[in-house]
Amino acid sequence: MTNPNGRFGEYGGQYVPETLMNELIHLEAAYNYYKKEPGFCAELEELLNNYAGRPSRLYYAEKMTKDLGGAKVYLKREDLNHTGAHKINNCLGQVLLARKMGKTRVIAETGAGQHGVATATAAALLGLECEVFMGERDCQRQKLNVYRMELLGAKVHHVKTGSQVLKDAVNEAMREWASRVEDTHYVIGSTMGPHPFPMIVRDFQSVISREARAQILEKEGKLPDVVMACVGGGSNAMGMFWNFIPDEHVRLIGCEAAGKGIDSGETAATINTGKIGVFHGMKSLFCQNQDGQIDEVFSISAGLDYPGIGPEHAYLHSIGRAEYAAVTDEEAVEAFEYLSKTEGIIPAIESAHAVAYARKIAPSMDKNQVIIICLSGRGDKDVASVANYRGVKIDE
Amino acid sequence: MSKRIADAFRNGKAFIPFITAGDPDLASTERFVLAMAEAGADLIEIGIPFSDPIAEGVVIQEADIRALRSGTTTDKVFEMVKSLRQKTDIPLVFMTYLNIVFYYGYERFFARCAEVGISGIIIPDLPYEEKNECAGIAAEHQVEIVSMIAPTSRERIQTIASDAEGFLYVVSSMGVTGVRQKITTDLKTIVGQIREVTSLPAAIGFGISTPGQASDMAAISDGAIVGSAIVRLIAEYGREAEEPVREYVRQMAEAVHRL
Repeated sequence: MTNPNGRFGEYGGQYVPETLMNELIHLEAAYNYYKKEPGFCAELEELLNNYAGRPSRLYYAEKMTKDLGGAKVYLKREDLNHTGAHKINNCLGQVLLARKMGKTRVIAETGAGQHGVATATAAALLGLECEVFMGERDCQRQKLNVYRMELLGAKVHHVKTGSQVLKDAVNEAMREWASRVEDTHYVIGSTMGPHPFPMIVRDFQSVISREARAQILEKEGKLPDVVMACVGGGSNAMGMFWNFIPDEHVRLIGCEAAGKGIDSGETAATINTGKIGVFHGMKSLFCQNQDGQIDEVFSISAGLDYPGIGPEHAYLHSIGRAEYAAVTDEEAVEAFEYLSKTEGIIPAIESAHAVAYARKIAPSMDKNQVIIICLSGRGDKDVASVANYRGVKIDE
Repeated sequence: MSKRIADAFRNGKAFIPFITAGDPDLASTERFVLAMAEAGADLIEIGIPFSDPIAEGVVIQEADIRALRSGTTTDKVFEMVKSLRQKTDIPLVFMTYLNIVFYYGYERFFARCAEVGISGIIIPDLPYEEKNECAGIAAEHQVEIVSMIAPTSRERIQTIASDAEGFLYVVSSMGVTGVRQKITTDLKTIVGQIREVTSLPAAIGFGISTPGQASDMAAISDGAIVGSAIVRLIAEYGREAEEPVREYVRQMAEAVHRL
C-alpha cells in the first residue's frame, strides 16, 4: 500500500523543510535495512516479550457482553504492557533503531504523556539521552506523567506556544529536530508526520493485530466481525487494523474524539469535521478554517486532542475500508466509568472512546458476532481529570 | 509591469528583507514595504501568516500570531499587494506554508499572484521531492518557486540547484529562523557547488542581523536575506515602525551594495 514516496492514495508525502530531508532519506534506508536484519529483529522481540510483557492478552469481557446483550466483546489488553499503553511497542522499535543508527539522543512530542513516558523508558533502558516536548496545558492535566518522565531521566519541555497542546508540542519537536539532526532521532509517537514515520510506526504497532488475529482464531475459530480502536493520530488503530485489512468482511472502526460534539466547534473529530490539507509533514485531513489556518481542537483526552489524523487512516476512509465514528467527552467518561464498574478495568480516557462506541453497536449485533476493542492504555493517569469532569476534587 | 526576481540581482549583490503581512495590520505592512523599497531593498519577501510555522523561530511565530489576530487573510494580503503595486515596481515574493496555498487552491492562488504582480514564492515545507505538487501550475502563471538549500543538503545541493528557478535560498544554519551571533556553516563551499550547476543567483538567509553579517554573507554569495531582525523592530515599534525599519534597511542595503 505504501509507494516509494510514502503515499497512501493522495495522502502522506514528505512536506518538511529541506534541513530534514536528508535525515528522512537516511532514516528510511536504515529502517528498511534493520527491519529485515535478524539481529535487530531478535533484539526487538526480546524487548517486546520480556521487557514490555508481550504478547498482550485478548480478554473476553463476559460481563460487558452479557450486559450489552449482543455481540461478544473482546478486549485487546495493550493497557497491560509495561508503561501502561501500546506506545511502548513503537518506542522500543524506534529507540533501538536510533541506537543502531548511531544516535545518542532522542526527542519526542507527547499529548497525554503516554508516548513521552514510553520514549523516556526506552531511552533509559537503551542508554540514550531523552527530551520530551509537551504542551503546557497538557502538562497541567497530566502532571503525574510529567513527573514520571523526569523520574525516568528525561527532560520535559513545557511548550507555551499556540494552544499549548499536542499540535504545539509537535511543532516544537520538529523545530528542535531541525536544529540538531546529526545526533538526534525524533521518535514520532503516532502514524503521522512525514514519510517514513507513518509506515514505521504502523509496522511497529502492527504486532497488536498480528497477535489479536491469531488469538481470536484460536478462541473463536473465526475472524471477528468488528475491530475497533480510538483514533487521534491513529497509531493504536493502525496497529489494530493492519493485519485485518485484507480480511474484507471484518469491519474496521476508528473512534475519534468529538469533544463537546462535532457541531459544537469544540471538537477534535478530524475525519468528521476536517478537510484535506498539508501539515506536520503530511497531506491528510485536518481541522482548519476557511484560510487553511489549523484550528485549535478540543477533547477531554489529551491523547486525542490533535487537529489531524495519520495519512493511512485518511486513505482507508477515502476508499471506504474503515469507518470513523465520533464519540463525545460525555460518552467517553461514561464508558470510562462503565468499564471500571463492569469489568474492573479502568481504561485510558482515549481507549474509553472505543469502549463507548462498542456500547452503541454491540447490543444490535447478533450473539454469535464478535467485536475486538483495542484497549490501548490504562486509565490511572486520567483518574484526576475524570474526577474533575464530574466535579469531584481530589489531591493527586 | 513589475520587476522580476532576476532584476533584483542585476546590479550586483541584493539585499532582501522579509516582513510578515498584517503585523500589526495590513495598512502598516504596506507602508513598511514601501519604506524598505525606498531604503534600498532589491527584493522583498512578504510572509502570509500561518498558524503553525514550523520553520520559524519565536520572533516570526509571534508576528504570525499578531497578524492572524489582526484579521489577516490570504485574500486581504492579495488586496494589499495589489494596492502596493500602484506605488512600486520592486520585485516581490511570498513566503508562506504549503497549506495556505493548497487550501486557497493552486490554480486560484497562482493566478492571483500573477494578477497582483508577485514574481515568486518560498514555501519552507515544500522540499524538492514534493515540488511537483504545484510547480506546473505556478509556472503557467510565471510565478517562480524558490528552492531552499540547507547545511544538511550535501549531495542534494546540485540536484536542487539544477532544477531551481528565481534564486536559491541558502539556509545559513541548522534549525529555525532567528537572529544568531555566529554563522558557522561552510557556506562558501555550498555556494561553490551551486555555481557549478546553475547561473541562478544564490542568497543567504537565517540568522543575519548586523550590517557586518550581511556584508560577509553577500560577499560569498549574491545577496543577504533578513527577517527576524526586521520583525523584531515591528514588534517593538508597532505601527510606528516605519522609520526604524527604513533606517535599518538603509544600513543593511548599504553594507551589501558596497561590495
